[in-house]
Amino acid sequence: MNNRKNNPLKPNYPDEKEMSGCAISGIMSEAGNCFSGREIIDSIANMHERSNGLGGGFAAYGIYPERSEHYALHLMCADEQARKAAARVLERRCVVHDDEPIPIRPMDSITDRPLLHRFFVDVTEKEMEKNYELDEEDVMVQIVMEINTEVEDAYVFSSGKNMGIFKGVGYPEDIGRFYRLDEYDAHIWTAHGRFPTNTTGWWGGAHPFGLLDWSVVHNGEISSYGINRRYLENFDYHCTLRTDTEVVCYLFDLLLRKHGLPAEVACQAMAPPFWSEIERMPERKQKLARAVRQVYGGALLNGPFSVVVGHSNGIIAFNDRMKLRPMTAARKGDMLYVASEEAAIRVVCPAPDELWYAKGGVPIVGKLKGKEHGEQRQKSTATEKEMAH
Amino acid sequence: MANNDKNQQRQKKKWLIDPDFRVDRDPDRCIDCRVCERQCANDVHEYDEDGECMRSDGSSCVGCQRCATLCPTEAISIKEAERDYRPHGNWTQSVLQNVHKQAETGGVLLSGMGNDEEHPVYWDRLLLNASQVTNPSIDPLREPMELTTYLGRKPDRIEVEEVDGEPRLKTEVAPQLKLDTPVMFSAMSYGSISYNASLGLARAAQEKGTFANCGEGGLHEDFREYGDNVIVQVASGRFGVDKEYLDAGAAVEIKIGQGAKPGIGGHLPGEKVDEAISQTRMIPEGTDALSPAPHHDIYSIEDLRQLIYALKETTRYEKPVGVKISAVHNVAPIASGCVRAGADFVAIDGYRGGTGAAPTMIRNNVGIPIEFALASVDSRLREEGVRNQASVVAAGGFRCSADVVKAIALGADAVYIGTAALVAMGCHLCQKCYTGKCNWGIATQDPYLTRRLNPEIATRRLKNLLRGWSLEIKEMLGGMGVNAVESLRGNREHLRGINLSSRELDILGIKAAGE
Repeated sequence: MNNRKNNPLKPNYPDEKEMSGCAISGIMSEAGNCFSGREIIDSIANMHERSNGLGGGFAAYGIYPERSEHYALHLMCADEQARKAAARVLERRCVVHDDEPIPIRPMDSITDRPLLHRFFVDVTEKEMEKNYELDEEDVMVQIVMEINTEVEDAYVFSSGKNMGIFKGVGYPEDIGRFYRLDEYDAHIWTAHGRFPTNTTGWWGGAHPFGLLDWSVVHNGEISSYGINRRYLENFDYHCTLRTDTEVVCYLFDLLLRKHGLPAEVACQAMAPPFWSEIERMPERKQKLARAVRQVYGGALLNGPFSVVVGHSNGIIAFNDRMKLRPMTAARKGDMLYVASEEAAIRVVCPAPDELWYAKGGVPIVGKLKGKEHGEQRQKSTATEKEMAH
Repeated sequence: MANNDKNQQRQKKKWLIDPDFRVDRDPDRCIDCRVCERQCANDVHEYDEDGECMRSDGSSCVGCQRCATLCPTEAISIKEAERDYRPHGNWTQSVLQNVHKQAETGGVLLSGMGNDEEHPVYWDRLLLNASQVTNPSIDPLREPMELTTYLGRKPDRIEVEEVDGEPRLKTEVAPQLKLDTPVMFSAMSYGSISYNASLGLARAAQEKGTFANCGEGGLHEDFREYGDNVIVQVASGRFGVDKEYLDAGAAVEIKIGQGAKPGIGGHLPGEKVDEAISQTRMIPEGTDALSPAPHHDIYSIEDLRQLIYALKETTRYEKPVGVKISAVHNVAPIASGCVRAGADFVAIDGYRGGTGAAPTMIRNNVGIPIEFALASVDSRLREEGVRNQASVVAAGGFRCSADVVKAIALGADAVYIGTAALVAMGCHLCQKCYTGKCNWGIATQDPYLTRRLNPEIATRRLKNLLRGWSLEIKEMLGGMGVNAVESLRGNREHLRGINLSSRELDILGIKAAGE
């Protein structure tokens, strides 16, 4: 068990949460226009100093228009045997439409890589009947959790439709080129460069973290991790990745998808106003804010963080309520930019229409025109299709 | 009493029972002012008219230190009596003393306050975390630091509807108690403690935005103005319980058990039942107030449910109704049952919890430490997915703010303090509450003694205690890098254990130091 140093699928230390500083960036076209991964690579590369070569990654939305109705599962596996074991789970519970190795470009700087493979699947009818009390997405979450917890050395790191997460150990710009992201077109891109103080060399530890079409890139340390994790366990989310970013991802899934809260209210649960501010709010706002804090105390993310959460129809970028980590945002035309540093925006958009610094706890919400996350979830297939062009 | 009789009685007492304390009086300092004589309800000090000097008899001294504290010339010191028994690990002096006492009286050994045995204090084996480099610690003197806590049933989720483009709350959240600091005063009945002590607790709770539990002895008319900060208790004796009483409090607590004496009832001797207490308790003056061991309308969990809902109906579902249980071996499923029976909060009282009177054997041997009870209750409620449905209040021997912080990290929403509050009012832990001769005016109804406790001063001291602890809790939270108490609640990542077996670590749900 001690010999974990070179296993890209196992963290080398048993720490429960990650401690790291990082760079994050996100670019979206609110009009839904697709553009290649070059810009986001340039943006994150401009914050090279914020990462240390021990992790980088990207999330891209709208990249599989031809296969947009199926769940695109990205897996990292230690070897062929692990891939087969994972495939067996998928064949048992899903219809597998297609599977292939994720295309890569050989890079000298990317070493010790696991086997990277993607499957395009749907949940079988039989599986849905068996779990009649759940909706399809819940069953997909179950399948992902089954592979991640039960199958040795295989790990699903992306499980949404018409989107994909690409990540690994290396500087983010190298990871981007390794995954040939310049060849994909997406309307939303997010990126992360990592500076971990532990779990070095673990591919699974890189960001973004994803579940269904959620992806999270995160800069910070969540000091409330212990209770956030236990809170999520009440709702059957089991944190397996030894990182606090995972809880952010699951909290979004819980609050937005399962509890159907609007993005602003969900963000209020995670980064609530102070009680003294709540006392000064007009009655209706106060009533809501008080209830949110009373009921969602376990979802409060405490400690320094900035995150960019991506989903099929937009992004949500927000800071901890005291703003202990940086976050800049800008708009130009239909484009929305968010990044740890202004320089990462200026390098791809030298003259934005407006540029501002995010306030603590106040989300910056980018929405694909005419779409709300909540609406789209219910009628997923039609909307996903539409959204893909 | 004639002097001869008194001397005879003292000689008889001295026959086998050794005094616990020795009174040393420095004759050079003593000015024969007789303060000590007036202050001692146990008749330890006496002025010798013939010898024109003060004399003391240590055999009836309880070690409350009242005389030593008030002696204007510091002439008195009270020391533990030295005995020259041959040391024995099994037959210690206190064991021998107890055997002697019972051989002489044939009675049940009684004690006041909490378990005084030297069992491990698990709080001292838990250590807290602090931030370094990767996240900043927060300075509570310069940044907001929130201790506000709401006790009561929470829904698993809220529903929001959009009205005029803005989100509006659709869910009706059950009634909650708002605490400005997660520390409340534990149940202490008027009767077991004095009017002034009860008043001090209620006032301090009101002024510091927290709650005082009035215990099972009813709520004196004078205290009803503090009702918004009082939790009224319904115990097996149902003393003083009527609709007005239930309506007077902010919440109702059904007392099933008490940490100091799980499984047994209570007994307030008739001598303490004066006119005011008789009216408050609704029992005849001078009669013993006996609380049965069980509630005779609760022989199982479904009966508890009926009582919970009877109380909710009576109070029109406007107040949280909680249940207090003592920490016994299977406390986790019992707590879970209470939550499922409708309790809005569950108070768990550990075996170090205090009491006005308990059989010594029960006090020292029944029940389990609050640390383990709390950890397993919180874990069980989470496993069963019902943790949101009730708040958890921990009680039983909390000594300082660090104990409180550790309890919250283990999973408590708030804690009850009893002994610490009494000590703040002047108690010196002589453990003789059941004699009714409390020289500090707290656990007594003797008007000569009760007027020694000034309610203004008691209030001020209790407020100071809450203030000091709250400041310390904020410092510790800030050090951990969180600025709201809910981020500590149940966050066992911030705890590490020392001197604990791996089994104990597992039960507490924490890692060992260094892990």
